[in-house]
Amino acid sequence: MTSESVPTPVGTRSARATSSDRARLGAWSGTGLGVAVLWLSLLVLLPLAAVIAKGTGDGWSGFWDAVNNHAALTAIRLTVLSALAVAAINAVLGTLIAWVLVRDDFWGKRVVEAVIDIPFALPTIVAGLVLLTLYGQQSSIGVHWYATNQGVLVALLFVTLPFVVRTVQPVLLALDREAEEAAASLGAEPLTTFRRIILPALAPAIASGTALAFGRAMGEYGSVLLISGGLPRTSVASQYVFTQIENDEYVSAAAVSTVLLLISVVVLAVLGEVQRRAARRG
Amino acid sequence: MTDTPPPVVIEPPSRPTRTAAPRKRRLVKYLLRAVAVGYVAVLVAMPLVVVVWRTIDQGASTFWDAISAPDAVHAYQVTAEVAGLAVLINTVFGVGVALLLARYRFPGRSLLNVLIDVPISISPIIVGLALVLVFGWTTGWFGSELQNAGIEVIFSTPGMVLATAFVCLPLVVREVLPVLEEEGIEQDQAARSLGANALQRLVRITLPTIKWALAYGVVLSIARALGEFGAVRVVSGDVTGQTQTLTLVVDQRAEQFEPGAYQLSMVLIAVSAICIVVISLIRPRGER
Repeated sequence: MTSESVPTPVGTRSARATSSDRARLGAWSGTGLGVAVLWLSLLVLLPLAAVIAKGTGDGWSGFWDAVNNHAALTAIRLTVLSALAVAAINAVLGTLIAWVLVRDDFWGKRVVEAVIDIPFALPTIVAGLVLLTLYGQQSSIGVHWYATNQGVLVALLFVTLPFVVRTVQPVLLALDREAEEAAASLGAEPLTTFRRIILPALAPAIASGTALAFGRAMGEYGSVLLISGGLPRTSVASQYVFTQIENDEYVSAAAVSTVLLLISVVVLAVLGEVQRRAARRG
Repeated sequence: MTDTPPPVVIEPPSRPTRTAAPRKRRLVKYLLRAVAVGYVAVLVAMPLVVVVWRTIDQGASTFWDAISAPDAVHAYQVTAEVAGLAVLINTVFGVGVALLLARYRFPGRSLLNVLIDVPISISPIIVGLALVLVFGWTTGWFGSELQNAGIEVIFSTPGMVLATAFVCLPLVVREVLPVLEEEGIEQDQAARSLGANALQRLVRITLPTIKWALAYGVVLSIARALGEFGAVRVVSGDVTGQTQTLTLVVDQRAEQFEPGAYQLSMVLIAVSAICIVVISLIRPRGER
């Protein structure tokens, strides 16, 4: 317990913990890990395993029967197509908004900054009600998107607005501007500079923000519920699963859920690969 | 950006074209600004203004009646209980897991790191279904055991707490962990070698280090917990006056065309607004 036995030199700036610094588990930390893993298993792992087990429990034919009906396929198709559209729109407009917030300066910028966070903090059902007021049957502006695919799309765009903006913004802020200035002084057009220098640096952040937005859009429920009107034609997959649960059709609910989980995993894996490649190149 | 590019000007870089390029660049700047502000305004700000306007339009007494109705008052209690418990559990779990990931090495460490994020990309309805399939009396894996023991999880408060805890799971860990990793473990090791016990190190070193990140994570969790709808709708059974949280009452009023959905939404919007203000106050100090 002598003070000379302090092992690491104090005062080095790069203090990031590396794996060699990390301690072995003691009695307390070991117990803590056990409790954490138990809690995670009971809360997340076991229940998700139960969904997949229920969905595939009747074998491949049971699974296929549950998924292969008009209502389920319509809901899955609407969900996947909407989520892809939302991801694409967010990738472009989210990056644009982040760009304007970082590189531009204008009156009211702080208000825009605060408004961006609203979809994160606002309960989804309230977001749904808000959108229904503006775009529903009693629309104040004469836009009637109640029970249409446009209505679903707007709701998904609303709840996913912050993802790309908030992942791109810090990267753009930290971006070294010397390379841009060099390119500009060598006569590069602004668009060329953006495409060749800025975009590659932002690509990993755009990919991860887009992945988050896609994942959210695949599973969204509350904000879509009111504006979609609950019609089979405009129900997203989450709504379909909910209806099945209400009717005690658990196998069907679990089978469609399994499909959703699978699609999410595949798309997120692809976007993760895009992100890794972009990061390696940049 | 749709302008045709000007003819290529071959000039030494020291003398850029002073007339055409800056004007075009300014035009692009204004165009981008208009698109960004316009999109955010139409998508988020305008709908919110309309809702606030409609609520004010209906008068103060309507507002008061709507937010003090018995089902609303009961929903405040249920929401406070469920969100409070879920956030408390998550805070303890979040700090604990962040400490384990930052300071210890053990097999499966990176797997744990990945698993923490799983709840982010899962539909709240699937979360609800998953819990029903494990804890429901007639539907779940542990159903008969729970029923024999007389423990009601689904259609009751414990299930709602579980559902809320599930969706909030990563929020505290993801705020606290980067700060702990950035700080390193020197102070903690120094204190340990000087004889400080685990509790002393937690209170004197760890908590002061992570307090802003922790506060940020807790506020995020509160906002998420109060607003959770889909998962809670599945596990609660949505029984009026018994297992309805605020969001469920808003949904019932909106879907059944009962009065007061807007007014109750205003309460939730106000709480969200407070959360955003708190977050924006914390953020600069907690910035990494």
